[in-house]
Amino acid sequence: MMCDNCKQNDAVITLTQPTASGVVNTLHLCEKCAAERGVEPSASVPKTALGTFLLSMHKQAAPVPVGTERCAFCGSSLRDFKESERLGCARCYTTFEGSLRDLLRRLHGNSKHVGKSYQAPDAEGEHGVSLRAELQDRLRRAVDSEQFELAAKLRDQIKASE
Amino acid sequence: MSIDLSLLPDGGVSWLDASGEHAGIVLSTRIRLARNLEGFAFAARAREGERLRVLSSVRDAVGASPSLQNSLLVRVDELSGQERLLLHERHLVSKELAGLDHRHPIRSGAAVFLGASSSVMVNEEDHLRIQALRSGFDLDEAYASIERVDADLGGRVPYAYHPEFGFLTSCPTNTGTGMRASVLIHLPGLVLTKEIGKVLNGLQTMGLTYRGLYGEGSEVIGNFFQISNQTTLGRSEEELLEQIKHVVRSVIGHEEEARRVLLRDAGYIIEDKLWRAYGTLRYARSLTFDEAMNYLSGVRLAVGLKLISGLSVYTLNKLLIFSQAAHLTYLEGRSLTDGEAGLARARYVRQALADEAGSSG
Repeated sequence: MMCDNCKQNDAVITLTQPTASGVVNTLHLCEKCAAERGVEPSASVPKTALGTFLLSMHKQAAPVPVGTERCAFCGSSLRDFKESERLGCARCYTTFEGSLRDLLRRLHGNSKHVGKSYQAPDAEGEHGVSLRAELQDRLRRAVDSEQFELAAKLRDQIKASE
Repeated sequence: MSIDLSLLPDGGVSWLDASGEHAGIVLSTRIRLARNLEGFAFAARAREGERLRVLSSVRDAVGASPSLQNSLLVRVDELSGQERLLLHERHLVSKELAGLDHRHPIRSGAAVFLGASSSVMVNEEDHLRIQALRSGFDLDEAYASIERVDADLGGRVPYAYHPEFGFLTSCPTNTGTGMRASVLIHLPGLVLTKEIGKVLNGLQTMGLTYRGLYGEGSEVIGNFFQISNQTTLGRSEEELLEQIKHVVRSVIGHEEEARRVLLRDAGYIIEDKLWRAYGTLRYARSLTFDEAMNYLSGVRLAVGLKLISGLSVYTLNKLLIFSQAAHLTYLEGRSLTDGEAGLARARYVRQALADEAGSSG
Protein backbone atom coordinates (compact mmCIF):
# COMPACT_ATOMS: atom_id res chain seq x y z
CA MET A 1 0.00 0.00 0.00
CA MET A 2 1.03 3.59 -0.58
CA CYS A 3 2.22 6.16 1.96
CA ASP A 4 -0.67 8.25 3.27
CA ASN A 5 1.50 11.34 3.29
CA CYS A 6 3.29 11.57 -0.02
CA LYS A 7 1.21 8.96 -1.90
CA GLN A 8 4.34 8.13 -3.84
CA ASN A 9 6.32 5.46 -2.02
CA ASP A 10 5.31 2.16 -0.49
CA ALA A 11 4.19 2.43 3.13
CA VAL A 12 6.36 0.41 5.49
CA ILE A 13 5.34 1.79 8.88
CA THR A 14 1.98 1.97 10.56
CA LEU A 15 1.64 4.79 13.05
CA THR A 16 -1.26 4.77 15.47
CA GLN A 17 -2.00 8.06 17.14
CA PRO A 18 -4.66 8.52 19.78
CA THR A 19 -6.20 11.96 19.46
CA ALA A 20 -7.69 14.20 22.10
CA SER A 21 -11.19 13.07 21.18
CA GLY A 22 -10.27 9.47 21.89
CA VAL A 23 -10.31 8.47 18.22
CA VAL A 24 -7.22 6.56 17.15
CA ASN A 25 -5.74 7.66 13.84
CA THR A 26 -3.89 5.11 11.80
CA LEU A 27 -1.31 6.40 9.36
CA HIS A 28 0.63 4.33 6.88
CA LEU A 29 3.94 5.98 6.05
CA CYS A 30 6.98 5.37 3.88
CA GLU A 31 10.43 5.53 5.47
CA LYS A 32 11.05 9.09 4.33
CA CYS A 33 7.79 10.54 5.65
CA ALA A 34 8.12 8.57 8.87
CA ALA A 35 11.62 9.92 9.38
CA GLU A 36 10.29 13.42 8.82
CA ARG A 37 7.85 12.82 11.65
CA GLY A 38 10.59 11.55 13.87
CA VAL A 39 9.56 7.91 13.73
CA GLU A 40 12.45 5.48 13.74
CA PRO A 41 12.00 2.82 11.06
CA SER A 42 12.94 -0.58 12.31
CA ALA A 43 14.98 -2.61 9.89
CA SER A 44 12.90 -5.65 10.53
CA VAL A 45 9.47 -4.11 9.96
CA PRO A 46 7.70 -6.43 7.55
CA LYS A 47 6.04 -4.87 4.53
CA THR A 48 3.34 -7.36 3.82
CA ALA A 49 0.77 -9.50 5.57
CA LEU A 50 2.89 -12.48 4.58
CA GLY A 51 5.96 -10.92 6.12
CA THR A 52 4.11 -10.14 9.33
CA PHE A 53 2.93 -13.72 9.62
CA LEU A 54 6.39 -15.13 9.02
CA LEU A 55 7.82 -12.79 11.62
CA SER A 56 5.25 -13.90 14.17
CA MET A 57 6.06 -17.52 13.39
CA HIS A 58 9.65 -16.78 14.23
CA LYS A 59 8.74 -15.17 17.52
CA GLN A 60 6.46 -18.00 18.58
CA ALA A 61 7.82 -20.06 21.45
CA ALA A 62 5.42 -22.79 20.37
CA PRO A 63 6.06 -26.49 20.96
CA VAL A 64 5.62 -27.01 17.19
CA PRO A 65 9.15 -27.43 15.85
CA VAL A 66 9.13 -24.74 13.19
CA GLY A 67 11.67 -25.44 10.52
CA THR A 68 12.50 -29.08 11.18
CA GLU A 69 9.85 -31.02 9.26
CA ARG A 70 10.60 -31.42 5.56
CA CYS A 71 8.31 -32.02 2.62
CA ALA A 72 8.71 -35.53 1.21
CA PHE A 73 8.60 -34.36 -2.41
CA CYS A 74 10.82 -31.29 -2.51
CA GLY A 75 12.66 -31.30 0.81
CA SER A 76 11.56 -27.79 1.85
CA SER A 77 10.93 -26.88 5.44
CA LEU A 78 8.88 -24.06 6.94
CA ARG A 79 12.14 -22.25 7.59
CA ASP A 80 12.86 -22.32 3.86
CA PHE A 81 9.41 -20.86 3.32
CA LYS A 82 10.11 -18.14 5.87
CA GLU A 83 13.33 -17.16 4.11
CA SER A 84 12.15 -17.23 0.53
CA GLU A 85 8.45 -16.46 1.16
CA ARG A 86 7.75 -19.21 -1.37
CA LEU A 87 6.66 -22.81 -1.03
CA GLY A 88 8.63 -25.61 -2.63
CA CYS A 89 5.94 -27.70 -4.29
CA ALA A 90 2.26 -28.70 -4.28
CA ARG A 91 2.92 -31.37 -1.66
CA CYS A 92 4.02 -28.67 0.80
CA TYR A 93 0.39 -27.60 1.09
CA THR A 94 -0.39 -31.01 2.60
CA THR A 95 2.81 -31.34 4.61
CA PHE A 96 2.35 -27.97 6.27
CA GLU A 97 -1.43 -27.92 6.06
CA GLY A 98 -2.11 -26.55 9.54
CA SER A 99 0.26 -23.59 9.35
CA LEU A 100 -0.78 -22.81 5.81
CA ARG A 101 -4.47 -22.89 6.61
CA ASP A 102 -3.83 -20.27 9.32
CA LEU A 103 -1.74 -18.16 6.99
CA LEU A 104 -4.31 -18.35 4.21
CA ARG A 105 -7.03 -17.22 6.59
CA ARG A 106 -4.91 -14.25 7.58
CA LEU A 107 -4.00 -13.34 4.01
CA HIS A 108 -7.36 -13.85 2.35
CA GLY A 109 -9.83 -13.86 5.23
CA ASN A 110 -10.66 -17.39 4.18
CA SER A 111 -8.95 -20.69 3.48
CA LYS A 112 -11.61 -22.43 1.41
CA HIS A 113 -11.54 -22.20 -2.36
CA VAL A 114 -14.96 -21.48 -3.89
CA GLY A 115 -13.86 -20.62 -7.39
CA LYS A 116 -13.72 -22.97 -10.33
CA SER A 117 -12.96 -26.60 -9.66
CA TYR A 118 -10.52 -28.69 -11.64
CA GLN A 119 -10.09 -32.25 -12.84
CA ALA A 120 -6.69 -33.25 -14.15
CA PRO A 121 -6.59 -34.97 -17.55
CA ASP A 122 -5.82 -38.72 -17.61
CA ALA A 123 -2.11 -39.42 -17.49
CA GLU A 124 -0.12 -40.10 -20.68
CA GLY A 125 -1.08 -40.25 -24.31
CA GLU A 126 -2.76 -37.88 -26.72
CA HIS A 127 -6.36 -36.75 -26.54
CA GLY A 128 -6.53 -37.72 -22.86
CA VAL A 129 -6.52 -41.44 -23.63
CA SER A 130 -4.48 -43.29 -21.05
CA LEU A 131 -1.54 -45.26 -22.40
CA ARG A 132 -2.35 -48.23 -20.22
CA ALA A 133 -5.96 -48.35 -21.37
CA GLU A 134 -4.75 -48.32 -24.95
CA LEU A 135 -2.28 -51.14 -24.33
CA GLN A 136 -4.97 -53.20 -22.60
CA ASP A 137 -7.29 -52.74 -25.56
CA ARG A 138 -4.57 -53.89 -27.91
CA LEU A 139 -3.78 -56.88 -25.69
CA ARG A 140 -7.40 -58.00 -25.71
CA ARG A 141 -7.49 -57.66 -29.48
CA ALA A 142 -4.24 -59.61 -29.83
CA VAL A 143 -5.57 -62.46 -27.65
CA ASP A 144 -8.86 -62.52 -29.56
CA SER A 145 -7.02 -62.80 -32.84
CA GLU A 146 -4.68 -65.44 -31.38
CA GLN A 147 -1.55 -63.32 -31.93
CA PHE A 148 0.01 -64.73 -28.77
CA GLU A 149 3.54 -63.45 -29.34
CA LEU A 150 2.22 -59.90 -29.74
CA ALA A 151 -0.05 -60.43 -26.73
CA ALA A 152 2.94 -61.46 -24.62
CA LYS A 153 4.87 -58.36 -25.73
CA LEU A 154 1.94 -56.11 -24.85
CA ARG A 155 1.51 -57.81 -21.49
CA ASP A 156 5.16 -57.07 -20.69
CA GLN A 157 4.71 -53.42 -21.71
CA ILE A 158 1.70 -53.08 -19.44
CA LYS A 159 3.62 -54.64 -16.56
CA ALA A 160 6.53 -52.26 -17.19
CA SER A 161 4.27 -49.20 -17.06
CA GLU A 162 2.87 -50.10 -13.63
CA MET B 1 17.84 -16.41 -30.42
CA SER B 2 17.04 -12.80 -30.99
CA ILE B 3 13.61 -11.33 -30.58
CA ASP B 4 11.88 -10.02 -33.65
CA LEU B 5 8.94 -8.13 -32.26
CA SER B 6 7.61 -7.48 -35.74
CA LEU B 7 6.51 -11.11 -35.72
CA LEU B 8 3.90 -10.26 -33.15
CA PRO B 9 0.59 -8.78 -34.16
CA ASP B 10 1.20 -5.04 -33.60
CA GLY B 11 4.53 -5.78 -32.00
CA GLY B 12 2.63 -7.09 -29.01
CA VAL B 13 1.19 -3.74 -28.08
CA SER B 14 -2.29 -3.93 -29.59
CA TRP B 15 -3.63 -3.22 -26.13
CA LEU B 16 -2.36 0.33 -26.55
CA ASP B 17 -4.79 1.09 -29.33
CA ALA B 18 -7.14 2.96 -27.02
CA SER B 19 -10.13 1.23 -28.55
CA GLY B 20 -11.61 -0.03 -25.30
CA GLU B 21 -14.29 1.46 -23.11
CA HIS B 22 -13.31 4.53 -21.04
CA ALA B 23 -9.91 4.38 -22.73
CA GLY B 24 -9.27 7.97 -21.77
CA ILE B 25 -9.24 7.19 -18.06
CA VAL B 26 -8.59 3.45 -18.03
CA LEU B 27 -5.51 2.69 -20.10
CA SER B 28 -5.72 -1.09 -19.93
CA THR B 29 -7.17 -4.12 -18.20
CA ARG B 30 -5.06 -7.12 -17.30
CA ILE B 31 -5.99 -10.47 -15.83
CA ARG B 32 -3.52 -13.17 -14.98
CA LEU B 33 -3.94 -16.71 -13.68
CA ALA B 34 -1.20 -18.49 -11.79
CA ARG B 35 -0.94 -22.25 -12.33
CA ASN B 36 1.60 -24.95 -11.53
CA LEU B 37 2.08 -28.39 -13.00
CA GLU B 38 1.55 -31.42 -10.79
CA GLY B 39 4.64 -33.53 -10.25
CA PHE B 40 7.25 -30.77 -10.51
CA ALA B 41 8.74 -28.65 -7.76
CA PHE B 42 7.82 -24.98 -7.76
CA ALA B 43 10.17 -22.22 -8.91
CA ALA B 44 11.93 -21.90 -5.56
CA ARG B 45 13.03 -25.56 -5.58
CA ALA B 46 12.92 -26.64 -9.19
CA ARG B 47 16.24 -27.46 -10.77
CA GLU B 48 17.15 -26.70 -14.35
CA GLY B 49 16.13 -30.16 -15.58
CA GLU B 50 12.70 -29.85 -14.04
CA ARG B 51 12.15 -26.39 -15.48
CA LEU B 52 13.10 -27.59 -18.95
CA ARG B 53 10.73 -30.55 -18.62
CA VAL B 54 7.95 -28.17 -17.53
CA LEU B 55 8.65 -26.04 -20.59
CA SER B 56 8.61 -29.08 -22.81
CA SER B 57 5.24 -30.28 -21.45
CA VAL B 58 3.78 -26.80 -21.79
CA ARG B 59 5.12 -26.49 -25.32
CA ASP B 60 3.30 -29.69 -26.34
CA ALA B 61 0.10 -28.50 -24.67
CA VAL B 62 0.32 -25.07 -26.32
CA GLY B 63 0.85 -26.68 -29.69
CA ALA B 64 -2.44 -28.56 -29.32
CA SER B 65 -4.40 -25.61 -27.89
CA PRO B 66 -6.75 -23.79 -30.27
CA SER B 67 -6.71 -20.67 -28.12
CA LEU B 68 -2.95 -20.36 -28.55
CA GLN B 69 -2.77 -21.19 -32.23
CA ASN B 70 0.08 -19.39 -33.98
CA SER B 71 1.47 -18.11 -30.72
CA LEU B 72 5.14 -17.15 -30.74
CA LEU B 73 7.48 -18.91 -28.33
CA VAL B 74 10.17 -16.64 -26.95
CA ARG B 75 12.98 -18.26 -24.97
CA VAL B 76 13.51 -15.38 -22.60
CA ASP B 77 16.49 -17.20 -21.09
CA GLU B 78 18.28 -16.97 -24.43
CA LEU B 79 17.79 -13.25 -24.96
CA SER B 80 20.25 -10.49 -24.13
CA GLY B 81 19.53 -8.24 -21.14
CA GLN B 82 18.57 -5.46 -23.52
CA GLU B 83 16.02 -7.61 -25.34
CA ARG B 84 14.53 -8.82 -22.07
CA LEU B 85 14.16 -5.23 -20.92
CA LEU B 86 12.42 -4.40 -24.18
CA LEU B 87 9.85 -7.16 -23.64
CA HIS B 88 9.29 -5.99 -20.10
CA GLU B 89 8.80 -2.39 -21.20
CA ARG B 90 6.04 -3.57 -23.53
CA HIS B 91 4.33 -5.25 -20.58
CA LEU B 92 4.80 -8.63 -22.28
CA VAL B 93 6.83 -10.21 -19.50
CA SER B 94 7.21 -9.49 -15.82
CA LYS B 95 10.37 -8.14 -14.26
CA GLU B 96 10.98 -11.51 -12.63
CA LEU B 97 10.68 -13.54 -15.81
CA ALA B 98 13.00 -11.12 -17.58
CA GLY B 99 15.60 -11.56 -14.84
CA LEU B 100 15.48 -7.83 -14.12
CA ASP B 101 14.58 -8.21 -10.46
CA HIS B 102 17.81 -8.31 -8.48
CA ARG B 103 16.30 -10.90 -6.16
CA HIS B 104 15.58 -13.25 -9.06
CA PRO B 105 18.25 -13.58 -11.76
CA ILE B 106 17.23 -15.04 -15.12
CA ARG B 107 16.31 -18.73 -14.85
CA SER B 108 16.94 -21.37 -17.47
CA GLY B 109 13.64 -22.39 -19.03
CA ALA B 110 12.16 -18.90 -18.64
CA ALA B 111 9.93 -18.46 -21.67
CA VAL B 112 6.76 -16.84 -22.87
CA PHE B 113 4.21 -17.86 -25.48
CA LEU B 114 2.82 -14.71 -27.08
CA GLY B 115 -0.57 -15.15 -28.66
CA ALA B 116 -2.92 -12.70 -30.32
CA SER B 117 -5.13 -12.13 -27.31
CA SER B 118 -3.27 -13.75 -24.45
CA SER B 119 0.15 -14.92 -23.39
CA VAL B 120 1.61 -17.59 -21.14
CA MET B 121 4.77 -17.04 -19.11
CA VAL B 122 6.60 -20.24 -18.19
CA ASN B 123 8.93 -20.75 -15.23
CA GLU B 124 8.33 -17.42 -13.55
CA GLU B 125 7.23 -17.40 -9.90
CA ASP B 126 4.83 -20.18 -10.91
CA HIS B 127 5.19 -22.69 -13.73
CA LEU B 128 2.48 -20.88 -15.68
CA ARG B 129 1.26 -17.33 -15.67
CA ILE B 130 -1.57 -16.99 -18.18
CA GLN B 131 -2.24 -13.38 -19.03
CA ALA B 132 -4.71 -11.34 -21.07
CA LEU B 133 -4.16 -7.64 -21.64
CA ARG B 134 -6.86 -5.44 -23.14
CA SER B 135 -7.26 -1.82 -24.11
CA GLY B 136 -9.52 0.23 -21.85
CA PHE B 137 -11.88 -1.18 -19.24
CA ASP B 138 -12.82 -4.69 -20.31
CA LEU B 139 -12.63 -7.32 -17.60
CA ASP B 140 -15.20 -9.62 -19.21
CA GLU B 141 -13.41 -9.91 -22.54
CA ALA B 142 -10.05 -10.37 -20.83
CA TYR B 143 -11.46 -13.08 -18.60
CA ALA B 144 -13.12 -14.90 -21.49
CA SER B 145 -9.75 -15.08 -23.32
CA ILE B 146 -7.97 -16.36 -20.28
CA GLU B 147 -10.60 -18.99 -19.50
CA ARG B 148 -10.18 -20.49 -22.97
CA VAL B 149 -6.43 -20.75 -22.51
CA ASP B 150 -6.83 -22.13 -18.98
CA ALA B 151 -9.25 -24.80 -20.20
CA ASP B 152 -7.03 -25.72 -23.16
CA LEU B 153 -3.86 -26.04 -21.11
CA GLY B 154 -5.46 -27.53 -17.97
CA GLY B 155 -7.04 -30.19 -20.14
CA ARG B 156 -3.64 -31.23 -21.46
CA VAL B 157 -1.24 -30.86 -18.53
CA PRO B 158 -2.20 -31.73 -14.94
CA TYR B 159 -2.40 -28.62 -12.77
CA ALA B 160 -1.52 -28.73 -9.08
CA TYR B 161 -4.92 -28.38 -7.43
CA HIS B 162 -6.20 -29.01 -3.90
CA PRO B 163 -9.91 -29.47 -3.11
CA GLU B 164 -9.73 -27.14 -0.12
CA PHE B 165 -7.08 -24.59 -1.17
CA GLY B 166 -7.78 -24.49 -4.90
CA PHE B 167 -5.05 -23.93 -7.49
CA LEU B 168 -1.74 -24.22 -5.68
CA THR B 169 0.81 -21.48 -6.14
CA SER B 170 4.35 -20.75 -5.13
CA CYS B 171 3.30 -17.88 -2.94
CA PRO B 172 0.22 -18.35 -0.72
CA THR B 173 -0.92 -14.84 -1.60
CA ASN B 174 -2.00 -16.26 -4.98
CA THR B 175 -3.54 -19.57 -3.93
CA GLY B 176 -7.16 -20.40 -4.68
CA THR B 177 -8.28 -18.82 -7.93
CA GLY B 178 -4.70 -17.78 -8.71
CA MET B 179 -6.30 -14.76 -10.31
CA ARG B 180 -5.06 -11.21 -10.21
CA ALA B 181 -7.24 -8.81 -12.16
CA SER B 182 -6.04 -5.25 -12.50
CA VAL B 183 -6.92 -2.07 -14.23
CA LEU B 184 -4.43 0.67 -15.13
CA ILE B 185 -6.19 3.93 -14.50
CA HIS B 186 -5.25 7.59 -14.89
CA LEU B 187 -6.44 9.78 -12.01
CA PRO B 188 -4.98 13.28 -12.36
CA GLY B 189 -8.28 14.91 -11.42
CA LEU B 190 -8.40 13.18 -8.05
CA VAL B 191 -4.72 13.92 -7.45
CA LEU B 192 -5.09 17.62 -8.28
CA THR B 193 -8.23 18.03 -6.17
CA LYS B 194 -6.46 16.15 -3.37
CA GLU B 195 -9.29 13.61 -3.18
CA ILE B 196 -7.01 10.74 -4.15
CA GLY B 197 -6.17 9.71 -0.58
CA LYS B 198 -9.81 9.19 0.30
CA VAL B 199 -10.46 7.16 -2.83
CA LEU B 200 -7.39 4.97 -2.37
CA ASN B 201 -8.23 4.29 1.27
CA GLY B 202 -11.72 3.38 0.18
CA LEU B 203 -10.25 0.79 -2.18
CA GLN B 204 -8.59 -1.01 0.66
CA THR B 205 -11.73 -1.35 2.68
CA MET B 206 -13.22 -3.00 -0.42
CA GLY B 207 -10.53 -5.66 -0.49
CA LEU B 208 -8.65 -4.09 -3.39
CA THR B 209 -5.15 -2.71 -3.55
CA TYR B 210 -3.18 -0.35 -5.77
CA ARG B 211 0.34 0.07 -7.10
CA GLY B 212 2.18 2.43 -9.40
CA LEU B 213 2.43 1.99 -13.14
CA TYR B 214 5.14 -0.60 -13.14
CA GLY B 215 3.59 -3.13 -10.77
CA GLU B 216 4.74 -4.50 -7.45
CA GLY B 217 6.88 -2.15 -5.41
CA SER B 218 6.68 0.68 -7.89
CA GLU B 219 6.09 4.32 -7.13
CA VAL B 220 3.13 6.16 -8.49
CA ILE B 221 4.24 7.91 -11.63
CA GLY B 222 2.31 10.04 -14.09
CA ASN B 223 -0.83 9.76 -11.94
CA PHE B 224 -1.29 6.18 -13.10
CA PHE B 225 -2.58 3.63 -10.63
CA GLN B 226 -2.93 -0.12 -10.99
CA ILE B 227 -5.97 -1.24 -9.05
CA SER B 228 -6.28 -4.96 -8.43
CA ASN B 229 -7.88 -7.51 -6.16
CA GLN B 230 -5.96 -8.19 -2.99
CA THR B 231 -7.24 -11.67 -2.17
CA THR B 232 -7.52 -14.70 -4.42
CA LEU B 233 -9.06 -17.26 -2.08
CA GLY B 234 -12.55 -17.53 -0.63
CA ARG B 235 -14.33 -15.76 -3.48
CA SER B 236 -15.18 -17.12 -6.89
CA GLU B 237 -13.60 -15.66 -10.01
CA GLU B 238 -16.92 -14.06 -10.94
CA GLU B 239 -17.30 -12.46 -7.52
CA LEU B 240 -13.80 -11.03 -7.64
CA LEU B 241 -14.39 -9.60 -11.11
CA GLU B 242 -17.74 -8.11 -10.14
CA GLN B 243 -16.14 -6.45 -7.16
CA ILE B 244 -13.37 -4.85 -9.20
CA LYS B 245 -15.85 -3.77 -11.88
CA HIS B 246 -18.05 -2.16 -9.30
CA VAL B 247 -15.22 -0.31 -7.56
CA VAL B 248 -13.51 0.83 -10.76
CA ARG B 249 -16.80 2.18 -12.12
CA SER B 250 -17.13 4.16 -8.94
CA VAL B 251 -13.53 5.44 -9.19
CA ILE B 252 -14.11 6.48 -12.81
CA GLY B 253 -17.17 8.38 -11.63
CA HIS B 254 -15.15 10.16 -8.93
CA GLU B 255 -12.41 11.04 -11.42
CA GLU B 256 -14.89 12.49 -13.88
CA GLU B 257 -16.45 14.53 -11.10
CA ALA B 258 -13.04 15.78 -9.96
CA ARG B 259 -12.28 16.90 -13.51
CA ARG B 260 -15.56 18.80 -13.67
CA VAL B 261 -14.71 20.53 -10.39
CA LEU B 262 -11.25 21.45 -11.68
CA LEU B 263 -12.63 23.04 -14.81
CA ARG B 264 -15.32 24.86 -12.92
CA ASP B 265 -13.21 26.20 -10.05
CA ALA B 266 -9.75 26.55 -11.57
CA GLY B 267 -10.41 26.58 -15.27
CA TYR B 268 -7.72 28.89 -16.57
CA ILE B 269 -5.11 27.72 -14.05
CA ILE B 270 -5.54 24.14 -15.16
CA GLU B 271 -5.61 25.09 -18.82
CA ASP B 272 -2.37 27.01 -18.44
CA LYS B 273 -0.69 24.16 -16.56
CA LEU B 274 -1.72 21.57 -19.11
CA TRP B 275 -0.77 23.66 -22.15
CA ARG B 276 2.64 24.28 -20.58
CA ALA B 277 3.02 20.51 -20.26
CA TYR B 278 2.16 20.15 -23.94
CA GLY B 279 4.51 22.97 -24.86
CA THR B 280 7.41 21.39 -23.01
CA LEU B 281 6.88 18.05 -24.68
CA ARG B 282 6.61 19.74 -28.08
CA TYR B 283 9.81 21.73 -27.76
CA ALA B 284 12.09 20.51 -24.97
CA ARG B 285 15.51 19.28 -26.03
CA SER B 286 16.01 16.88 -23.13
CA LEU B 287 13.52 14.95 -21.01
CA THR B 288 14.10 12.56 -18.13
CA PHE B 289 11.75 9.60 -17.90
CA ASP B 290 9.97 11.07 -14.88
CA GLU B 291 9.51 14.43 -16.58
CA ALA B 292 8.11 12.76 -19.67
CA MET B 293 5.67 10.73 -17.57
CA ASN B 294 4.46 13.77 -15.68
CA TYR B 295 4.01 15.98 -18.74
CA LEU B 296 2.34 13.14 -20.61
CA SER B 297 -0.07 12.82 -17.73
CA GLY B 298 -0.93 16.51 -18.10
CA VAL B 299 -1.42 16.19 -21.84
CA ARG B 300 -3.55 13.10 -21.41
CA LEU B 301 -5.76 15.06 -19.02
CA ALA B 302 -5.92 17.93 -21.51
CA VAL B 303 -7.12 15.54 -24.19
CA GLY B 304 -9.67 14.08 -21.79
CA LEU B 305 -10.95 17.57 -20.93
CA LYS B 306 -11.09 18.40 -24.63
CA LEU B 307 -8.72 21.31 -24.16
CA ILE B 308 -6.48 19.94 -26.88
CA SER B 309 -7.83 18.41 -30.04
CA GLY B 310 -6.13 16.51 -32.83
CA LEU B 311 -4.00 14.46 -30.44
CA SER B 312 -4.90 10.81 -30.09
CA VAL B 313 -4.83 8.76 -26.92
CA TYR B 314 -3.15 6.06 -28.98
CA THR B 315 -0.15 8.35 -29.59
CA LEU B 316 0.02 9.16 -25.90
CA ASN B 317 -0.05 5.46 -25.08
CA LYS B 318 2.74 4.76 -27.54
CA LEU B 319 4.81 7.52 -26.00
CA LEU B 320 4.44 5.87 -22.59
CA ILE B 321 6.05 2.73 -23.93
CA PHE B 322 8.55 4.15 -26.38
CA SER B 323 10.05 6.73 -24.06
CA GLN B 324 11.44 3.98 -21.83
CA ALA B 325 15.15 3.18 -21.73
CA ALA B 326 15.36 -0.03 -23.74
CA HIS B 327 13.07 1.34 -26.42
CA LEU B 328 15.25 4.39 -26.89
CA THR B 329 18.31 2.15 -27.13
CA TYR B 330 16.47 0.09 -29.72
CA LEU B 331 15.50 3.22 -31.69
CA GLU B 332 18.97 4.69 -31.62
CA GLY B 333 20.60 1.35 -32.31
CA ARG B 334 23.20 1.67 -29.55
CA SER B 335 23.44 1.93 -25.78
CA LEU B 336 22.96 5.44 -24.39
CA THR B 337 24.20 7.39 -21.40
CA ASP B 338 21.52 9.06 -19.29
CA GLY B 339 22.21 12.34 -21.05
CA GLU B 340 21.90 10.77 -24.48
CA ALA B 341 18.72 8.99 -23.43
CA GLY B 342 17.26 12.32 -22.33
CA LEU B 343 18.03 13.81 -25.76
CA ALA B 344 16.70 10.79 -27.61
CA ARG B 345 13.52 10.76 -25.56
CA ALA B 346 12.85 14.45 -26.19
CA ARG B 347 13.54 13.98 -29.88
CA TYR B 348 11.15 11.04 -30.13
CA VAL B 349 8.40 12.89 -28.26
CA ARG B 350 8.83 16.05 -30.35
CA GLN B 351 8.60 14.04 -33.53
CA ALA B 352 5.49 12.12 -32.46
CA LEU B 353 3.67 15.27 -31.36
CA ALA B 354 4.73 17.24 -34.41
CA ASP B 355 3.44 14.47 -36.65
CA GLU B 356 0.08 14.58 -34.87
CA ALA B 357 -0.08 18.37 -35.02
CA GLY B 358 0.89 18.34 -38.70
CA SER B 359 -1.62 15.70 -39.69
CA SER B 360 -4.49 17.38 -37.85
CA GLY B 361 -3.99 20.43 -40.10
